[in-house]
Amino acid sequence: MAYIQLRNITKKFGSVYANRRICLDIHKGEIHALLGGNGSGKTTLMNILAGRYKYDEGNILIDGRKAVFHSPGDSVKAGIGMIHQHVDLVDSLSVEENILAGTEKGLFPTRKKARGKIKDLAELYDFHVEPEGKVYQLTIGGKQAVEILKVFYRGASVLILDEPTSVLAPIEARALFVNLGKMKENGCAIVLITHKMQEVFDISDRVTVLRKGEAVYTSLTADTGQSMLTEKMVGHAIEGRTEYRAAPRRDIRPLLAVSDVTVHNRFGSAALSGVSLDIRPGEIHGIAGAAGSGQKELCDVIAGIAAADEGRILYNGKDIAHMPIAGRAAKGVRIGYVPEDRMDTGLVGGMCISDNVMLRRIDREKGLFFNEKKARDLALRIIGKYGVDAVDPAQKLKDLSGGNIQKILLGREIEEAPDLLITAYPVRGLDIGATNYIFGLLRERRDSGMAILFVGEDTDVLLELCDRISTLYRGRLTATLDAAGTTKAELGLFMAGGGTGGTR
Amino acid sequence: MITIQKRDSVTRKQGALRQLASIAGALMIGALVIFLSGYNPGTVYIEIIRGSLGSGYSISETVQTVIPLLIMALGVTICFKVKFINIGPEGQFYTGAMAATYFAITWPDLPRGALLALMCASSIAMGGLWCVIPALLKVKVGVNETLVTLMMNYIAIKFVAYLQYGPWKDPSVIGYPVIRQFSQSGILPDALGVHSGWIIAILLLIGMIALLGKTKYGYKITVLGENPNTARYAGYGTAKLLVSATFIGGGLCGIAGFIQASGVENSLNAMLSNGWGFTSIVVAWMGRLKPLPIVAVSVLIAVLIQGCTYLQISMGVPYFMASVIQAIILFFILGSDFFMNYRIVRRQGDKEAEARR
Repeated sequence: MAYIQLRNITKKFGSVYANRRICLDIHKGEIHALLGGNGSGKTTLMNILAGRYKYDEGNILIDGRKAVFHSPGDSVKAGIGMIHQHVDLVDSLSVEENILAGTEKGLFPTRKKARGKIKDLAELYDFHVEPEGKVYQLTIGGKQAVEILKVFYRGASVLILDEPTSVLAPIEARALFVNLGKMKENGCAIVLITHKMQEVFDISDRVTVLRKGEAVYTSLTADTGQSMLTEKMVGHAIEGRTEYRAAPRRDIRPLLAVSDVTVHNRFGSAALSGVSLDIRPGEIHGIAGAAGSGQKELCDVIAGIAAADEGRILYNGKDIAHMPIAGRAAKGVRIGYVPEDRMDTGLVGGMCISDNVMLRRIDREKGLFFNEKKARDLALRIIGKYGVDAVDPAQKLKDLSGGNIQKILLGREIEEAPDLLITAYPVRGLDIGATNYIFGLLRERRDSGMAILFVGEDTDVLLELCDRISTLYRGRLTATLDAAGTTKAELGLFMAGGGTGGTR
Repeated sequence: MITIQKRDSVTRKQGALRQLASIAGALMIGALVIFLSGYNPGTVYIEIIRGSLGSGYSISETVQTVIPLLIMALGVTICFKVKFINIGPEGQFYTGAMAATYFAITWPDLPRGALLALMCASSIAMGGLWCVIPALLKVKVGVNETLVTLMMNYIAIKFVAYLQYGPWKDPSVIGYPVIRQFSQSGILPDALGVHSGWIIAILLLIGMIALLGKTKYGYKITVLGENPNTARYAGYGTAKLLVSATFIGGGLCGIAGFIQASGVENSLNAMLSNGWGFTSIVVAWMGRLKPLPIVAVSVLIAVLIQGCTYLQISMGVPYFMASVIQAIILFFILGSDFFMNYRIVRRQGDKEAEARR
């Protein structure tokens, strides 16, 4: 019998079904992949199991007994631990303080025993984290390890991971998977939420596909295939793409030339040091590198949000390194930017769609007043043109799914008709359908002459989509390569700091 | 065991019902307090209404209370919109009143229109300045505005007292120190039996609704308040926006000071505000930073203030009782906020909880 059984779980948000009569079995000693597109209800379902949401109908059985969760605390007591997509740690506290937070009893608890337990756990799973080290010093992979230690410390035997590899570099993802294998052997039940097909076959024992809030398919992974899962996920078969790509043209004058740019972070160390690259009209220029290698600083400094401490950024020959964003449009500098964390920068979740589409052009509007009709028309145009699944421009942005929010942001930036479009991880967290759509859109813009800077994490995607790729390693540019003729291995080498400039 | 649970979502109607329920609840608890103090709750409530709305005179008194409360609450609102926690309406009120008084007693012989315009403009400038100083400190050096605006209240109040006892003391009044009465030119004319500050208040209200809801400026302010990162990303001059919004906010509080000095007291003293600057923060908050609800809350609070003043006279109920009732109502309304988002559940065991499901 399965350790955890979800029976006919239904959860509604307003009148929308996020989960509809979902049944799911989770076995000990097994990795269960939960596959599905954006808004398919994967995360909602697991939040229910983690006690974060209340469900409207159905039952949860643990070890055959009915369980009711009133709070995340109840779920933790039942041995369930969830690792969320975004790590939720206090940066300024130590690893051990983060792990112990909320578990210590009494005014003056002793740390000695706890520290031993943390060390044992870390050793068991080969996590190289010092209990006394501060969290802000860790890489994203390290922070994730702390989250995992945290739930194990609290006695979890069921581990839910929500798209854990989306923030990790490939090498970190591999290490995580090795660990998940170990946990499985130790008798843990693991649920892996993902939308990456490869991960399902790399690691899972059983897979369930969710689509539009319903569990449409469950199978042992060994008994199924990629095309089957894709079909179940999307609801119909997907035809293969044919891709034509011309070799990058070297004779075109670059639109943007970044030369020797250095940016210091707020602690004074160089987040970007001496980076030079150029971007030509009609090319997709990829930026590859492990998370936190200076991608954000590079994008921000080109977009004008951050100032370069050294170096020049020439846009059609004009230095824009210190030109404020407000004056750029008037001077013919047209740069669109789709930032990495769209809800943090770029959009206002609490405002409606039509308010959000006006964000960039408000200063170019004539008169004192906000033109509601114009905003509405623009919103409707973007909704229609970019296939946004929304009925009313007056809908709050934060009520839309991630894919739709991204389409609105991308649509808005493209409608501004920029010469250069910066996109940072534009498909992070999006499903296959939305991802393909956005890649198609970028190619089409490229073909019509736009210069595109594409910050990506997946080397396959980078090689397929981009014309040229620059690799960043710890804030330094290690190489700029033609995508055609470059192999994954080569790219990986430069991303890891190998090759010419990659010494530590 | 009792635990607190987050509610999924509350519809508009449910929200309104809960607000009404909280006011009803406040009146009931208030009735209990009144009863325990030896008065008849029914009579007390009726007297409050009679004292605030029962006659032409009482209505005009209530309107005179609504005016400064409303204007200052609007000023607080625009500051809160940009996440500038302005606890200083009291001080901005007094600096505005001071500026107006300066002109009223320096040039009492100017034509009325010119003098009033001068007083009004100077009150905006001074009130605005008093609010911009903490805003600049916040933008330039990151000083917390809550503390600075709060402390600057006391500077302004004490400075008025200094003027009253010192340089601006009226030499013709023997006995206690007062500032000279304004000339006719410095006094707001009456309109429909109340000083014409109510016309100014209505104009400011309309202006504020338009500014916040209809203009590009209001849009940018909302973006800045909701997500400063996005405002920077869009290239809005965020520091300029913050400073200008706080100037408008402080300026409004300054106007309230000018109206109160010119229309009600015809002079200035250190008790001109009755502490309503602080009350206006609560009004703005209870009105959820939306102009029309703020009007409703201003009226409610003004009725309580005037009604309770009348209670002292008619029934000999001490004014502290009035404060208690006001506090209970505020407590309930603010508390209802909590119940909008959370509910309290009792649970003995999982089995029973399951049965109630």
